[in-house]
Amino acid sequence: MDASFPLHLIPLLPLLGAIINLLLGRRLGKGAVALVACGSVAAAALVATRAVWVLGTEGLPSGALVDRFFQADWIFSSGDGLDLHVSAGLMLDRLSAVMVLVVTWIGLLIHIYATGYMEHDPGYHRFFGYLNLFMGAMLILVLGDSLPVTFVGWEGVGVCSYLLIGFWYAEDKNATAGRKAFIVNRVGDFGFLLGMCLLFSLIGTLKYSEIGSHMQTLRQPLWLGWPAACFIALLIFVGCTGKSAQIPLHIWLPDAMAGPTPVSALIHAATMVTAGVYVVARTHVLFDVFPTSAKMVVAGIGAATALMAATVGIVQRDFKRILAYSTVSQLGFMFVGVGTGAYAAGIFHLMTHAFFKAGLFLGAGSVMHAMGGEGDITKMGGLGKHLPVTRWTFFIYCLAIAGIFPLAGFFSKDAILAGAWAARFQLARQGFGPFSVEWVQHFTQDIYPKLIWSLLAAAALCTAFYMWRLYFVVFTGRFRGTADQEHHLHESPPEMTVPLMVLAAGSVVAGWVGVPAVMYHEGDWFGAWLAPVLPPPAQELSHSVEWGLMAVALCLSVIGIASAYLLYYGGISEAARRAAQILRPLYLLLYNKYYIDELYDVVFVRPLKRTAWFLWYVVDAFFIDKVLVQGWAWMVSMLGRAVRYLQNGEVQRYLVGVLVGTAGILWVTTTLPPRRAAAFRLSQQGRRVTLEAGGGSSRVGLVYRVDWESDGKWDEVDTRWSTLTHEYPGQGTYKILFEARDPRWGTSSTRRRVVHIE
Amino acid sequence: MLPLSYFNYYLALGAVLFAIGAVGVIARRNALIALMSVELMLNAANLTLVVFARAQHDMRGQAVAFLTIAVAAAEAAVGLAIVVGVFRNRRSTQLDDLTMMKH
Repeated sequence: MDASFPLHLIPLLPLLGAIINLLLGRRLGKGAVALVACGSVAAAALVATRAVWVLGTEGLPSGALVDRFFQADWIFSSGDGLDLHVSAGLMLDRLSAVMVLVVTWIGLLIHIYATGYMEHDPGYHRFFGYLNLFMGAMLILVLGDSLPVTFVGWEGVGVCSYLLIGFWYAEDKNATAGRKAFIVNRVGDFGFLLGMCLLFSLIGTLKYSEIGSHMQTLRQPLWLGWPAACFIALLIFVGCTGKSAQIPLHIWLPDAMAGPTPVSALIHAATMVTAGVYVVARTHVLFDVFPTSAKMVVAGIGAATALMAATVGIVQRDFKRILAYSTVSQLGFMFVGVGTGAYAAGIFHLMTHAFFKAGLFLGAGSVMHAMGGEGDITKMGGLGKHLPVTRWTFFIYCLAIAGIFPLAGFFSKDAILAGAWAARFQLARQGFGPFSVEWVQHFTQDIYPKLIWSLLAAAALCTAFYMWRLYFVVFTGRFRGTADQEHHLHESPPEMTVPLMVLAAGSVVAGWVGVPAVMYHEGDWFGAWLAPVLPPPAQELSHSVEWGLMAVALCLSVIGIASAYLLYYGGISEAARRAAQILRPLYLLLYNKYYIDELYDVVFVRPLKRTAWFLWYVVDAFFIDKVLVQGWAWMVSMLGRAVRYLQNGEVQRYLVGVLVGTAGILWVTTTLPPRRAAAFRLSQQGRRVTLEAGGGSSRVGLVYRVDWESDGKWDEVDTRWSTLTHEYPGQGTYKILFEARDPRWGTSSTRRRVVHIE
Repeated sequence: MLPLSYFNYYLALGAVLFAIGAVGVIARRNALIALMSVELMLNAANLTLVVFARAQHDMRGQAVAFLTIAVAAAEAAVGLAIVVGVFRNRRSTQLDDLTMMKH
């Protein structure tokens, strides 16, 4: 069933390109570096296309291409009750086919664009080395046949993201943004890892093709009566919120715009950030398990993120920052797609979004290239006549993202909205506490999906508004920058404009592969392609509802564009300024991104910094360094200083020491044994009293005297027996006198004790 | 204590001589006097040895005393040679001047 194909070539070619560019790039010169970078990606794209062709023409629709060459026992350990086998391999099925094509072809366009954009950068070869490295890691991510292989790619793209965000590392701001992206992603990756560990501990395999056959185990309740699959799904989703910038880990993506614009287009819009959506679709069996609480979480977070980011996007002023929030928002749409069970719709939007968002970023790059690096849109304006290609391609992208028929965004966004409307979540077969089972069902099947749909619809309205606000402010009206900037305005070179045009064409036609069935029978070719590997939406909508939803979405888009036109055509209008004044608290809230960064700063960053400060200064610098390390040295030196006064070279003082010491030793050794021996123990048995001298082994050679009645007459004299016995004649109280003596020195010690005889 | 006998007077004399010698070594600054005091302590020990030998009717104690006298003579010769050597170098036989070994 599974045909073989040399899939390893697809990630290997860009990785080879990366190695060549990073090791030899400095000597190769810019032309050769660009050739290696674009050539390797182009070759990977051709191989990938060939692989998808083979997949489509040979083998079963639900089957996959596997790589017989690259199959290895990766992690292997056994013995002592432990049996650990993790294999690594590559696999291409219809889902990864979509991803591979998007990644390679859009990646290629962005590579070509970057040859123009980065032309004057001294780090040219480094940039393309990282970019190729990213391509290799991303392709491993989408081609991995099991979670750990995907995770290798997942971490690989994370590293490349970090390297490229901080590409201009000389500026502190950029390096900080890179670190922030990396650290926030680590939080998510931890969840991903835990999910993998939990999955492996339960079923002993992490292969995508094998998870499905263990569903019996995964449906078993794990904690609190919820099935194991729920927890695994949620933990993996934590990883996805990190990588795909969803609430609450979305904060890194807007800052990631510190990187070069092609990086933002490739990594932070088209490919890497969509990896979370891909992974959710890839592990959909875990999300589909009853109760579908994991999907409710995914859809809820997606919808909340979509609306939150879209509202923030309305008031931002930085070109790339607006696009970044737009990306966060669109990723939220995709998560709603996969979260409501409309997996094909989520992946569809991922694909169309890759076209128009990559294009938007590249357009932003083109504008900023012309503006000499200026990113503030309030300083732009009227750029349309200077940058015609950029302007008209940007126009198409904006139409596409706003969801205007018949551009790509319309079809994919409509599919997601329809999926959300149709979603039926299953939460429980019994009621929860005060909630009856009917109420829970009503909530999860009627209220919650509609709520998500409304959030998305509001987000769609905002999307249309902020994108067209951006378009009108930048490309229409009068130029608001400096005269010097205006003088230098120029259209970008063809290596930049050609990708823009190709992506614009893509933004128009990419949606036509997924025309909904109500418009054209057999129009949803994309859904049909994915149907064998991804389950279809739970419920079909009636035609009238579907037409209605489409009409509402289109109306919202038109309203958004129209209001943007009224407020921002020809520059920022007085009305727009007045609205910002009147709604100042709301404006500030949105402008400051709901103060989430500030909140995290107070809740996480500052306590962590304070803990780190404490560990550094108090524990490390003070306790370990000062007290433990230097403290011992100080003590020894103090001791040495004290002892130095004793060693003053005066022989006579030394002699005093010798004499006193000798006398002391003599005194102790002669007086101590008798004194210890004299401390005797008594044991009584009726009238019979047994006395044992104390002192143990130190009493060797001592002699003893005892006077049982203290009548002045020694009863035993100079005996060497340390245990003496006496039987009293009658009742009474007697005082025993005991003396231990050392005959070698003449030292002795005496003790008395009273004994009662009954 | 030992039974009071005339041996005790000899032992007491030995102890007193030893104490005088010890004080002399410790307290006097002149190296020559200190050496003389060392001789005094040695002879106090000799006296004690002889007394115990006598008291126990064992001649080995007296033999050791002779040995001590011989060794003490050698010690005195070496000690005086050192004192002379030090005096030539430092023009002093004061013990508390001779602290250069402390460094």
